[in-house]
Amino acid sequence: MDGVLASLAQAAPFLLKGAAYTVVLSIGGMACGLVLGFLLALMRLSPLKLLRWPARVYVSFIRGTPLLVQLFIIYYGLPQAGIRLDPIPSALIGFSLNMAAYTSEILRGAIASIDRGQWEASYSIGMTPAQTMRRTILPQAARVALPALGNSFVSLVKDTSLAATIQVPELFRQAQLITARTYEVFTMYLAAAALYWVLSTALSWGQHRMEARATRHVRV
Amino acid sequence: MSMIEATGLTKRFGETVVLDGVDLTVDKGEVVAVIGPSGSGKTTLLRLLNCLETPDGGSIRVGAITVEGDRPLSRQKAAVRALRQHVGFVFQTFNLFPHRTALGNVTEGPVVVKGSSRAEAEQKGRDVLTRVGLAEKADAYPASLSGGQQQRVAIARALAMEPDVLLFDEPTSALDPELVGEVLAVIRGLAAEHRTMVIVTHEMAFARDVADRVIFMEGGRIVEQGPAKPFFDNPQEQRTQRFLARLRAG
Repeated sequence: MDGVLASLAQAAPFLLKGAAYTVVLSIGGMACGLVLGFLLALMRLSPLKLLRWPARVYVSFIRGTPLLVQLFIIYYGLPQAGIRLDPIPSALIGFSLNMAAYTSEILRGAIASIDRGQWEASYSIGMTPAQTMRRTILPQAARVALPALGNSFVSLVKDTSLAATIQVPELFRQAQLITARTYEVFTMYLAAAALYWVLSTALSWGQHRMEARATRHVRV
Repeated sequence: MSMIEATGLTKRFGETVVLDGVDLTVDKGEVVAVIGPSGSGKTTLLRLLNCLETPDGGSIRVGAITVEGDRPLSRQKAAVRALRQHVGFVFQTFNLFPHRTALGNVTEGPVVVKGSSRAEAEQKGRDVLTRVGLAEKADAYPASLSGGQQQRVAIARALAMEPDVLLFDEPTSALDPELVGEVLAVIRGLAAEHRTMVIVTHEMAFARDVADRVIFMEGGRIVEQGPAKPFFDNPQEQRTQRFLARLRAG
Protein backbone atom coordinates (compact mmCIF):
# COMPACT_ATOMS: atom_id res chain seq x y z
CA MET A 1 0.00 0.00 0.00
CA ASP A 2 2.80 2.37 0.92
CA GLY A 3 4.41 1.60 -2.42
CA VAL A 4 1.24 2.55 -4.24
CA LEU A 5 0.92 5.82 -2.34
CA ALA A 6 4.55 6.61 -2.94
CA SER A 7 4.31 6.01 -6.67
CA LEU A 8 1.09 8.05 -6.81
CA ALA A 9 2.80 10.89 -5.00
CA GLN A 10 5.64 10.69 -7.47
CA ALA A 11 3.27 10.60 -10.43
CA ALA A 12 0.95 13.34 -9.18
CA PRO A 13 2.80 16.35 -10.67
CA PHE A 14 2.84 14.70 -14.10
CA LEU A 15 -0.81 13.63 -13.92
CA LEU A 16 -1.91 17.10 -12.80
CA LYS A 17 0.11 18.71 -15.58
CA GLY A 18 -1.61 16.33 -17.98
CA ALA A 19 -4.98 17.23 -16.47
CA ALA A 20 -4.20 20.90 -17.10
CA TYR A 21 -3.71 20.12 -20.81
CA THR A 22 -6.97 18.19 -20.75
CA VAL A 23 -8.80 21.20 -19.34
CA VAL A 24 -7.22 23.57 -21.88
CA LEU A 25 -8.06 21.27 -24.79
CA SER A 26 -11.62 20.80 -23.53
CA ILE A 27 -12.40 24.45 -22.92
CA GLY A 28 -10.55 25.63 -26.03
CA GLY A 29 -12.23 23.01 -28.22
CA MET A 30 -15.65 23.81 -26.79
CA ALA A 31 -15.24 27.60 -27.11
CA CYS A 32 -14.02 27.51 -30.73
CA GLY A 33 -16.50 24.75 -31.50
CA LEU A 34 -19.37 26.88 -30.21
CA VAL A 35 -18.39 29.87 -32.33
CA LEU A 36 -17.93 27.77 -35.48
CA GLY A 37 -21.03 25.76 -34.62
CA PHE A 38 -23.12 28.92 -34.37
CA LEU A 39 -21.93 30.04 -37.82
CA LEU A 40 -22.72 26.58 -39.22
CA ALA A 41 -26.16 26.68 -37.60
CA LEU A 42 -26.84 30.08 -39.21
CA MET A 43 -25.73 28.64 -42.57
CA ARG A 44 -28.05 25.67 -42.15
CA LEU A 45 -30.97 27.96 -41.29
CA SER A 46 -30.26 30.26 -44.22
CA PRO A 47 -32.77 30.49 -47.07
CA LEU A 48 -29.82 30.25 -49.50
CA LYS A 49 -28.99 26.78 -50.79
CA LEU A 50 -25.44 27.94 -51.43
CA LEU A 51 -24.94 28.38 -47.68
CA ARG A 52 -27.10 25.49 -46.50
CA TRP A 53 -25.47 22.74 -48.49
CA PRO A 54 -21.78 23.18 -47.60
CA ALA A 55 -22.75 23.28 -43.92
CA ARG A 56 -24.83 20.18 -44.33
CA VAL A 57 -22.05 18.24 -46.06
CA TYR A 58 -19.52 19.37 -43.44
CA VAL A 59 -21.69 18.28 -40.52
CA SER A 60 -22.45 14.96 -42.19
CA PHE A 61 -18.74 14.29 -42.84
CA ILE A 62 -17.60 15.16 -39.32
CA ARG A 63 -20.37 13.22 -37.64
CA GLY A 64 -19.87 10.28 -39.97
CA THR A 65 -16.15 9.80 -39.36
CA PRO A 66 -14.23 8.86 -36.19
CA LEU A 67 -12.65 11.68 -34.23
CA LEU A 68 -9.45 9.60 -34.05
CA VAL A 69 -9.24 9.51 -37.84
CA GLN A 70 -9.87 13.27 -38.00
CA LEU A 71 -6.99 13.89 -35.60
CA PHE A 72 -4.68 11.64 -37.65
CA ILE A 73 -5.61 13.46 -40.84
CA ILE A 74 -4.69 16.80 -39.25
CA TYR A 75 -1.49 15.72 -37.47
CA TYR A 76 -0.09 13.03 -39.75
CA GLY A 77 -1.89 13.80 -43.01
CA LEU A 78 -1.58 17.55 -43.43
CA PRO A 79 2.26 17.56 -43.42
CA GLN A 80 2.09 15.71 -46.74
CA ALA A 81 0.18 18.71 -48.06
CA GLY A 82 2.92 20.96 -46.68
CA ILE A 83 1.07 21.99 -43.52
CA ARG A 84 2.99 20.93 -40.43
CA LEU A 85 1.33 21.62 -37.07
CA ASP A 86 2.51 20.89 -33.56
CA PRO A 87 0.56 18.33 -31.54
CA ILE A 88 -1.37 20.80 -29.37
CA PRO A 89 -2.55 23.09 -32.18
CA SER A 90 -3.45 19.98 -34.19
CA ALA A 91 -5.53 18.64 -31.33
CA LEU A 92 -7.19 22.00 -30.70
CA ILE A 93 -8.12 22.36 -34.36
CA GLY A 94 -9.37 18.80 -34.49
CA PHE A 95 -11.54 19.12 -31.38
CA SER A 96 -12.88 22.52 -32.48
CA LEU A 97 -13.84 21.30 -35.95
CA ASN A 98 -15.42 18.20 -34.43
CA MET A 99 -17.37 20.07 -31.75
CA ALA A 100 -18.52 22.62 -34.32
CA ALA A 101 -20.44 19.93 -36.19
CA TYR A 102 -22.17 18.63 -33.07
CA THR A 103 -22.93 22.02 -31.50
CA SER A 104 -24.25 23.34 -34.82
CA GLU A 105 -26.92 20.64 -34.82
CA ILE A 106 -27.85 21.41 -31.22
CA LEU A 107 -27.98 25.18 -31.84
CA ARG A 108 -29.88 24.81 -35.11
CA GLY A 109 -32.54 22.74 -33.36
CA ALA A 110 -32.71 25.16 -30.44
CA ILE A 111 -33.03 28.25 -32.66
CA ALA A 112 -35.68 26.56 -34.82
CA SER A 113 -37.64 25.60 -31.69
CA ILE A 114 -38.30 29.23 -30.73
CA ASP A 115 -41.82 30.30 -31.66
CA ARG A 116 -42.23 32.39 -34.82
CA GLY A 117 -44.19 34.88 -32.72
CA GLN A 118 -40.95 35.87 -30.98
CA TRP A 119 -39.44 36.94 -34.31
CA GLU A 120 -42.63 38.78 -35.22
CA ALA A 121 -42.88 40.55 -31.87
CA SER A 122 -39.27 41.74 -32.26
CA TYR A 123 -39.82 42.85 -35.85
CA SER A 124 -43.03 44.63 -34.86
CA ILE A 125 -41.11 46.99 -32.56
CA GLY A 126 -38.62 47.70 -35.34
CA MET A 127 -35.76 45.36 -34.43
CA THR A 128 -33.45 44.13 -37.20
CA PRO A 129 -32.95 40.40 -37.81
CA ALA A 130 -29.52 40.60 -36.13
CA GLN A 131 -30.93 42.41 -33.07
CA THR A 132 -33.74 39.87 -32.90
CA MET A 133 -31.28 36.97 -33.00
CA ARG A 134 -29.06 38.47 -30.31
CA ARG A 135 -31.67 39.90 -27.95
CA THR A 136 -34.70 37.64 -28.37
CA ILE A 137 -33.88 34.32 -29.99
CA LEU A 138 -30.42 33.37 -28.69
CA PRO A 139 -31.15 33.87 -24.97
CA GLN A 140 -34.16 31.57 -25.30
CA ALA A 141 -32.39 29.11 -27.60
CA ALA A 142 -29.46 28.93 -25.18
CA ARG A 143 -31.81 27.68 -22.50
CA VAL A 144 -33.06 24.95 -24.82
CA ALA A 145 -29.55 24.04 -25.97
CA LEU A 146 -27.74 24.04 -22.60
CA PRO A 147 -28.43 20.44 -21.49
CA ALA A 148 -27.34 18.99 -24.84
CA LEU A 149 -24.32 21.30 -25.02
CA GLY A 150 -23.36 20.21 -21.52
CA ASN A 151 -23.48 16.56 -22.55
CA SER A 152 -21.29 17.29 -25.57
CA PHE A 153 -18.84 19.11 -23.36
CA VAL A 154 -18.53 16.19 -20.95
CA SER A 155 -18.00 13.85 -23.92
CA LEU A 156 -15.30 16.16 -25.20
CA VAL A 157 -13.46 16.10 -21.87
CA LYS A 158 -13.20 12.33 -22.16
CA ASP A 159 -12.50 12.37 -25.90
CA THR A 160 -9.47 14.63 -25.40
CA SER A 161 -7.70 11.42 -24.31
CA LEU A 162 -7.52 10.62 -28.04
CA ALA A 163 -4.96 13.42 -28.31
CA ALA A 164 -2.54 11.02 -26.61
CA THR A 165 -2.23 9.30 -30.01
CA ILE A 166 -0.83 12.47 -31.60
CA GLN A 167 1.78 13.14 -28.93
CA VAL A 168 -0.14 15.68 -26.83
CA PRO A 169 1.06 15.36 -23.21
CA GLU A 170 -2.43 15.39 -21.77
CA LEU A 171 -3.70 13.33 -18.84
CA PHE A 172 -3.95 9.92 -20.51
CA ARG A 173 -0.61 10.36 -22.29
CA GLN A 174 1.04 11.16 -18.95
CA ALA A 175 -0.41 8.01 -17.43
CA GLN A 176 0.96 6.02 -20.40
CA LEU A 177 4.41 7.56 -20.00
CA ILE A 178 4.49 6.82 -16.28
CA THR A 179 3.41 3.20 -16.69
CA ALA A 180 6.08 2.71 -19.34
CA ARG A 181 8.63 3.68 -16.69
CA THR A 182 7.18 2.15 -13.53
CA TYR A 183 4.93 -0.70 -14.73
CA GLU A 184 2.28 0.58 -12.27
CA VAL A 185 -0.32 -0.01 -14.97
CA PHE A 186 -3.40 -0.56 -12.84
CA THR A 187 -2.73 2.25 -10.36
CA MET A 188 -1.82 4.87 -12.93
CA TYR A 189 -4.76 4.24 -15.26
CA LEU A 190 -7.11 4.18 -12.27
CA ALA A 191 -5.65 7.48 -11.10
CA ALA A 192 -6.11 8.94 -14.58
CA ALA A 193 -9.70 7.67 -14.67
CA ALA A 194 -10.35 9.24 -11.28
CA LEU A 195 -9.05 12.58 -12.53
CA TYR A 196 -11.28 12.43 -15.65
CA TRP A 197 -14.17 11.66 -13.36
CA VAL A 198 -13.45 14.65 -11.15
CA LEU A 199 -13.09 16.93 -14.19
CA SER A 200 -16.32 15.85 -15.87
CA THR A 201 -18.26 15.96 -12.59
CA ALA A 202 -17.02 19.46 -11.88
CA LEU A 203 -17.99 20.52 -15.40
CA SER A 204 -21.47 18.97 -15.11
CA TRP A 205 -21.95 20.81 -11.88
CA GLY A 206 -21.00 24.07 -13.59
CA GLN A 207 -23.42 23.23 -16.38
CA HIS A 208 -26.27 22.69 -13.90
CA ARG A 209 -25.54 26.05 -12.32
CA MET A 210 -25.77 27.69 -15.74
CA GLU A 211 -29.00 25.86 -16.54
CA ALA A 212 -30.53 27.01 -13.30
CA ARG A 213 -29.51 30.58 -14.09
CA ALA A 214 -30.83 30.41 -17.64
CA THR A 215 -34.21 29.02 -16.59
CA ARG A 216 -34.82 31.23 -13.57
CA HIS A 217 -37.53 33.20 -15.37
CA VAL A 218 -39.52 30.04 -16.05
CA ARG A 219 -40.04 29.39 -12.38
CA VAL A 220 -43.13 31.12 -11.11
CA MET B 1 -53.80 63.70 -45.03
CA SER B 2 -54.92 60.29 -43.84
CA MET B 3 -52.70 58.35 -41.43
CA ILE B 4 -52.90 55.00 -43.21
CA GLU B 5 -53.47 54.56 -46.90
CA ALA B 6 -53.34 51.07 -48.36
CA THR B 7 -54.02 50.72 -52.06
CA GLY B 8 -54.75 47.56 -54.02
CA LEU B 9 -53.29 45.30 -51.34
CA THR B 10 -53.00 41.76 -52.66
CA LYS B 11 -51.75 38.65 -50.90
CA ARG B 12 -51.63 35.08 -52.14
CA PHE B 13 -50.65 31.96 -50.23
CA GLY B 14 -49.76 29.60 -53.07
CA GLU B 15 -52.83 29.41 -55.30
CA THR B 16 -55.19 30.93 -52.74
CA VAL B 17 -55.89 34.63 -52.97
CA VAL B 18 -56.23 35.78 -49.35
CA LEU B 19 -56.43 39.48 -50.05
CA ASP B 20 -57.85 40.66 -53.34
CA GLY B 21 -56.90 44.26 -54.00
CA VAL B 22 -58.04 45.88 -50.79
CA ASP B 23 -58.09 49.68 -50.43
CA LEU B 24 -58.10 51.06 -46.92
CA THR B 25 -57.80 54.60 -45.65
CA VAL B 26 -57.69 55.44 -41.95
CA ASP B 27 -57.74 59.03 -40.72
CA LYS B 28 -55.64 60.33 -37.88
CA GLY B 29 -57.42 59.61 -34.61
CA GLU B 30 -59.87 57.22 -36.20
CA VAL B 31 -60.70 53.85 -34.61
CA VAL B 32 -61.54 51.19 -37.17
CA ALA B 33 -62.86 47.73 -36.32
CA VAL B 34 -62.43 44.98 -38.89
CA ILE B 35 -64.85 42.06 -38.64
CA GLY B 36 -65.63 39.06 -40.78
CA PRO B 37 -65.66 35.26 -40.83
CA SER B 38 -62.40 33.38 -40.34
CA GLY B 39 -60.44 33.16 -43.57
CA SER B 40 -61.86 36.47 -44.78
CA GLY B 41 -58.37 38.03 -44.88
CA LYS B 42 -58.81 40.46 -41.99
CA THR B 43 -55.80 39.26 -40.02
CA THR B 44 -53.70 39.15 -43.20
CA LEU B 45 -54.71 42.75 -43.93
CA LEU B 46 -53.60 43.80 -40.46
CA ARG B 47 -50.31 41.89 -40.68
CA LEU B 48 -49.59 43.49 -44.04
CA LEU B 49 -49.98 46.93 -42.48
CA ASN B 50 -46.99 46.06 -40.27
CA CYS B 51 -45.12 44.19 -43.02
CA LEU B 52 -45.34 40.94 -41.06
CA GLU B 53 -46.48 39.46 -44.37
CA THR B 54 -44.97 40.28 -47.73
CA PRO B 55 -47.55 41.87 -50.03
CA ASP B 56 -47.85 40.50 -53.57
CA GLY B 57 -49.12 43.81 -54.87
CA GLY B 58 -50.36 47.26 -53.92
CA SER B 59 -48.78 49.74 -51.55
CA ILE B 60 -48.95 50.76 -47.90
CA ARG B 61 -48.41 54.26 -46.65
CA VAL B 62 -48.28 55.16 -42.96
CA GLY B 63 -47.63 58.83 -42.28
CA ALA B 64 -44.83 59.73 -44.66
CA ILE B 65 -43.47 56.19 -45.09
CA THR B 66 -44.41 54.10 -48.10
CA VAL B 67 -43.77 50.41 -48.72
CA GLU B 68 -44.38 49.12 -52.24
CA GLY B 69 -45.93 45.69 -52.66
CA ASP B 70 -44.39 44.98 -56.05
CA ARG B 71 -40.83 45.27 -54.71
CA PRO B 72 -39.34 42.67 -52.36
CA LEU B 73 -39.31 43.84 -48.73
CA SER B 74 -35.59 43.00 -48.62
CA ARG B 75 -35.03 45.88 -51.09
CA GLN B 76 -36.82 48.42 -48.87
CA LYS B 77 -35.58 47.38 -45.42
CA ALA B 78 -35.17 50.94 -44.17
CA ALA B 79 -38.77 51.82 -45.04
CA VAL B 80 -40.08 48.61 -43.48
CA ARG B 81 -38.22 49.25 -40.22
CA ALA B 82 -39.26 52.89 -40.13
CA LEU B 83 -42.87 51.90 -40.73
CA ARG B 84 -42.78 49.35 -37.93
CA GLN B 85 -41.45 51.95 -35.50
CA HIS B 86 -44.50 54.07 -36.22
CA VAL B 87 -46.95 51.17 -36.06
CA GLY B 88 -47.50 49.18 -32.87
CA PHE B 89 -48.80 45.65 -33.19
CA VAL B 90 -50.65 43.64 -30.53
CA PHE B 91 -50.81 39.91 -31.21
CA GLN B 92 -53.58 37.47 -30.44
CA THR B 93 -51.10 35.31 -28.49
CA PHE B 94 -49.29 38.25 -26.79
CA ASN B 95 -45.80 37.07 -27.84
CA LEU B 96 -44.14 38.66 -24.84
CA PHE B 97 -40.42 37.98 -24.44
CA PRO B 98 -40.48 35.24 -21.79
CA HIS B 99 -36.91 35.87 -20.65
CA ARG B 100 -37.56 39.51 -19.80
CA THR B 101 -39.62 41.07 -17.01
CA ALA B 102 -42.68 43.17 -17.82
CA LEU B 103 -40.48 46.26 -17.61
CA GLY B 104 -37.79 44.54 -19.71
CA ASN B 105 -40.38 43.79 -22.39
CA VAL B 106 -41.52 47.38 -22.43
CA THR B 107 -38.05 48.95 -22.53
CA GLU B 108 -36.65 46.59 -25.19
CA GLY B 109 -37.84 48.62 -28.19
CA PRO B 110 -36.90 52.08 -26.88
CA VAL B 111 -33.42 50.91 -25.79
CA VAL B 112 -32.50 48.61 -28.68
CA VAL B 113 -34.31 50.27 -31.58
CA LYS B 114 -34.58 53.93 -30.60
CA GLY B 115 -31.33 54.09 -28.64
CA SER B 116 -32.89 55.63 -25.53
CA SER B 117 -30.87 55.50 -22.34
CA ARG B 118 -31.91 52.72 -19.98
CA ALA B 119 -32.90 55.17 -17.23
CA GLU B 120 -35.11 57.17 -19.58
CA ALA B 121 -36.64 54.01 -21.06
CA GLU B 122 -37.38 52.59 -17.63
CA GLN B 123 -39.06 55.76 -16.48
CA LYS B 124 -41.25 55.79 -19.58
CA GLY B 125 -41.71 52.05 -19.27
CA ARG B 126 -43.11 52.43 -15.77
CA ASP B 127 -45.43 55.12 -17.08
CA VAL B 128 -46.90 52.90 -19.79
CA LEU B 129 -47.20 49.99 -17.36
CA THR B 130 -49.13 52.31 -15.08
CA ARG B 131 -51.36 53.22 -18.02
CA VAL B 132 -52.36 49.57 -18.44
CA GLY B 133 -52.77 49.17 -14.67
CA LEU B 134 -49.70 46.99 -14.09
CA ALA B 135 -47.23 49.30 -12.35
CA GLU B 136 -46.77 46.80 -9.53
CA LYS B 137 -45.94 43.98 -11.97
CA ALA B 138 -42.90 45.72 -13.50
CA ASP B 139 -40.49 43.09 -12.20
CA ALA B 140 -42.68 40.06 -12.92
CA TYR B 141 -41.81 37.60 -15.69
CA PRO B 142 -44.56 36.83 -18.23
CA ALA B 143 -44.89 33.24 -16.96
CA SER B 144 -46.16 34.55 -13.63
CA LEU B 145 -48.81 36.82 -15.21
CA SER B 146 -52.37 35.94 -16.21
CA GLY B 147 -53.34 36.05 -19.90
CA GLY B 148 -55.09 39.38 -19.43
CA GLN B 149 -52.06 40.85 -17.68
CA GLN B 150 -49.74 39.52 -20.39
CA GLN B 151 -51.86 41.12 -23.09
CA ARG B 152 -51.85 44.42 -21.20
CA VAL B 153 -48.04 44.26 -20.98
CA ALA B 154 -48.02 43.57 -24.72
CA ILE B 155 -50.10 46.70 -25.27
CA ALA B 156 -47.69 48.65 -23.05
CA ARG B 157 -44.78 47.29 -25.11
CA ALA B 158 -46.39 48.67 -28.26
CA LEU B 159 -47.21 52.00 -26.56
CA ALA B 160 -43.63 52.41 -25.33
CA MET B 161 -42.51 52.97 -28.92
CA GLU B 162 -44.89 55.95 -29.07
CA PRO B 163 -46.42 54.73 -32.33
CA ASP B 164 -48.70 56.80 -34.56
CA VAL B 165 -50.88 53.77 -35.20
CA LEU B 166 -51.87 50.76 -33.09
CA LEU B 167 -52.93 47.50 -34.71
CA PHE B 168 -54.75 44.85 -32.68
CA ASP B 169 -55.09 41.31 -34.01
CA GLU B 170 -57.99 39.67 -32.13
CA PRO B 171 -56.50 40.88 -28.85
CA THR B 172 -58.94 38.98 -26.64
CA SER B 173 -59.44 35.75 -28.61
CA ALA B 174 -56.83 33.79 -26.64
CA LEU B 175 -58.16 34.93 -23.25
CA ASP B 176 -60.43 33.22 -20.75
CA PRO B 177 -63.81 34.98 -20.80
CA GLU B 178 -63.37 36.55 -17.37
CA LEU B 179 -60.11 38.22 -18.50
CA VAL B 180 -61.49 39.81 -21.68
CA GLY B 181 -62.94 42.84 -19.89
CA GLU B 182 -59.67 44.17 -18.47
CA VAL B 183 -58.01 44.15 -21.91
CA LEU B 184 -60.99 45.75 -23.65
CA ALA B 185 -61.02 48.43 -20.95
CA VAL B 186 -57.42 49.36 -21.78
CA ILE B 187 -58.21 49.52 -25.51
CA ARG B 188 -61.30 51.60 -24.77
CA GLY B 189 -59.11 54.04 -22.83
CA LEU B 190 -56.76 54.36 -25.82
CA ALA B 191 -59.71 54.95 -28.16
CA ALA B 192 -60.90 57.73 -25.88
CA GLU B 193 -57.54 59.45 -26.45
CA HIS B 194 -58.25 59.43 -30.18
CA ARG B 195 -55.33 57.29 -31.13
CA THR B 196 -55.35 55.88 -34.62
CA MET B 197 -56.22 52.22 -34.26
CA VAL B 198 -57.24 49.28 -36.41
CA ILE B 199 -58.75 46.42 -34.43
CA VAL B 200 -59.56 42.99 -35.81
CA THR B 201 -62.10 41.59 -33.39
CA HIS B 202 -64.92 39.14 -32.78
CA GLU B 203 -66.32 41.27 -29.96
CA MET B 204 -69.23 42.91 -31.78
CA ALA B 205 -70.59 44.85 -28.80
CA PHE B 206 -67.12 46.25 -28.22
CA ALA B 207 -66.70 47.16 -31.90
CA ARG B 208 -70.07 48.92 -31.92
CA ASP B 209 -69.09 50.87 -28.82
CA VAL B 210 -65.55 51.84 -29.52
CA ALA B 211 -65.09 52.01 -33.27
CA ASP B 212 -65.76 55.07 -35.38
CA ARG B 213 -66.02 52.87 -38.43
CA VAL B 214 -66.59 49.17 -39.01
CA ILE B 215 -65.28 47.21 -41.97
CA PHE B 216 -66.80 43.87 -42.89
CA MET B 217 -64.55 41.56 -44.91
CA GLU B 218 -65.29 38.34 -46.71
CA GLY B 219 -63.33 36.37 -49.32
CA GLY B 220 -60.36 38.75 -49.22
CA ARG B 221 -62.42 41.85 -49.99
CA ILE B 222 -64.12 44.63 -48.10
CA VAL B 223 -67.84 43.94 -48.48
CA GLU B 224 -69.26 46.84 -46.51
CA GLN B 225 -68.06 49.60 -44.26
CA GLY B 226 -69.56 52.51 -42.42
CA PRO B 227 -70.01 54.31 -39.11
CA ALA B 228 -70.28 51.73 -36.33
CA LYS B 229 -73.78 52.21 -35.00
CA PRO B 230 -75.68 52.41 -38.33
CA PHE B 231 -73.53 49.54 -39.57
CA PHE B 232 -74.69 47.19 -36.84
CA ASP B 233 -78.27 48.48 -36.63
CA ASN B 234 -78.94 48.54 -40.32
CA PRO B 235 -76.42 46.65 -42.47
CA GLN B 236 -76.96 47.15 -46.20
CA GLU B 237 -75.29 44.12 -47.77
CA GLN B 238 -76.89 40.70 -47.64
CA ARG B 239 -73.62 39.03 -46.71
CA THR B 240 -73.15 41.39 -43.79
CA GLN B 241 -76.69 40.74 -42.62
CA ARG B 242 -76.14 36.99 -42.80
CA PHE B 243 -72.87 37.22 -40.88
CA LEU B 244 -74.35 39.36 -38.10
CA ALA B 245 -77.47 37.20 -37.90
CA ARG B 246 -75.34 34.07 -37.52
CA LEU B 247 -73.40 35.70 -34.69
CA ARG B 248 -76.59 36.72 -32.91
CA ALA B 249 -78.05 33.25 -33.33
CA GLY B 250 -74.84 31.73 -31.95
